[in-house]
Amino acid sequence: MATATIEARGVTKRFGKTTALDGLDLVAEPGQVVALLGPNGAGKTTFVRAVATLLPLDGGELIVAGHDARREPAAVRQIIGLAGQFAAVEPVMTGRENLEMVARLFGQGRRVAKRSAAAVLEQLGLEEAANKPVRTYSGGMRRRLDLGASLVGDPRLLVLDEPTTGLDPRSRNELWDAIRALVGRGTDVLLTTQYLDEADQLATHIVIIDHGKAVASGTSTELKRRVGGRVIEVHARTREDLPAVANALGRFDRAGPQVDEATRKVSVGVDDAENWLSLALEAMEASGADVDDITLRQPSLDEVFLALTNGN
Amino acid sequence: MTAIAMPTPSGPTSTGPASGALRPAPRTTSIVTSTAQVAKRALLRYFRTPQLVVLGTLQGALFLLIFRYVFGGAVDIHGASYVNFLVPGFVTTGVLFTGQGAATGVADDLQQGFVDRLRSLPVPRSSFLVGRAMADTVWCAWGLLTAIAVGLAVGFRPHGSALGDLAALGLCVVFGFAFEWLFLVVGLFAGTPQAAQGMAFLVFPLTFVSSAYVPVSTMPGWLQAFAQHQPITYMVDAVRALTLGPTGAATLGHTAGYFTFWSLIWAAGIVAVFAPIAAAKYARA
Repeated sequence: MATATIEARGVTKRFGKTTALDGLDLVAEPGQVVALLGPNGAGKTTFVRAVATLLPLDGGELIVAGHDARREPAAVRQIIGLAGQFAAVEPVMTGRENLEMVARLFGQGRRVAKRSAAAVLEQLGLEEAANKPVRTYSGGMRRRLDLGASLVGDPRLLVLDEPTTGLDPRSRNELWDAIRALVGRGTDVLLTTQYLDEADQLATHIVIIDHGKAVASGTSTELKRRVGGRVIEVHARTREDLPAVANALGRFDRAGPQVDEATRKVSVGVDDAENWLSLALEAMEASGADVDDITLRQPSLDEVFLALTNGN
Repeated sequence: MTAIAMPTPSGPTSTGPASGALRPAPRTTSIVTSTAQVAKRALLRYFRTPQLVVLGTLQGALFLLIFRYVFGGAVDIHGASYVNFLVPGFVTTGVLFTGQGAATGVADDLQQGFVDRLRSLPVPRSSFLVGRAMADTVWCAWGLLTAIAVGLAVGFRPHGSALGDLAALGLCVVFGFAFEWLFLVVGLFAGTPQAAQGMAFLVFPLTFVSSAYVPVSTMPGWLQAFAQHQPITYMVDAVRALTLGPTGAATLGHTAGYFTFWSLIWAAGIVAVFAPIAAAKYARA
């Protein structure tokens, strides 16, 4: 059996009085894209920094591809590539120069570094702009170059901290495509994100973090199923209909209906047992409210997330 | 639509990354390569930013012109023309101004994630500070040359022996290197490039309370005591003694050797204090 890419047991990190990581457990197997999901301050960035050997830990065990991150940081640095929140590329240097520099820092000789840089530039679609200074690049191109810098060393594990924050939708998709291609090639990925759709789209394995602990983990589908049951969502025709709809649906849910005024949607969580859709239709007719649409669906990752972290 | 090609892997190991194949024993990139790459990047930042090069020179030139022509008439130096007195002071303290760029650069590197990337790479820990110190010293030497060029243009004529003049230049580079560690510490502690610039700028008043622009004897007693013994005075006077020639140097009160000796002691002391602080802070940051 291949070694796990990451094995974290009881990882603890304190900054002064704040406990950023409070006994976090996590296992990432080879071939996975693991997304860490959590509110701000949950400890996601702290954890990835620890994996990238940027932080000493106060407790616990952290093994990256078989190497103890606390005792053998040099070994870990050989096999990881890091792309942080800011695109850490030098604006006055060209894309090619940036990548060659990082390749040299990986210990590659001059000719090998040139080849690695060229390969990555081609891989990420940056060949045309390769010889132009990075300050002429768009935000999306910079992020891709930053991703490239984490790739020139041919890493086993790519560590990405909020890779698409602040990008427009098209650049986001381009970056997602690039990441998917990497995964196809066999690179494992650990990423943090605050975008639930990003976790949903990219990750094969999601770990929900809150207050420095792993609260839940699994595939997107498993997590949704774990929250239990399905969701009935009614799209009211006008805002005035909302109270009537909410009232009618309120009977179905243990927790009470969620009303979104902006989209005029009311949703309730229901279990799988009964034929909720027809019950809901009856309730709508009885209430006399005007309704545009009724759906019975899986919970969204949004709802999973809120459900699993709301207790705190 | 951007095409993302599926490439063949290239890089140091020919086996695929996740195949579980044996990896070579962890090696750290050589200190020479690592510091060279860090230094190269820092130098490119300076030299490829035309504003920095041009504005820096212009600012310096303007200052020199103001002191030379506006104040020159008011200050009376026995045994030397003001311009020959002033330019060594100006050139020597010039290294302190290029140092500000070092502080800002370091703070920027910390904030923008370059240090993070460097720390996640298999390079020796000292690469960053040593690489930066080297690059900043080169930039400082460049600043020296431009300052001297401007000085010569406004009438500075060194009277020292050729060896003395070269020694003076070499001393300035040494002083630049010494103060560089002070500025690295500022940059590491500042938190943002703006704060670093502000803090580094505090050096400015310090250069005035020295023998750089006026003889110390013209200052009030309490200030003289400080100016007399601060490191900048020793450094400026060393450079002055070496470039003013024997007659001019006699007015300084001590020999060139005396000033050179004490300025080097000060330089060594500054490095001995600030280099470990920088290393410790970098390790912890």
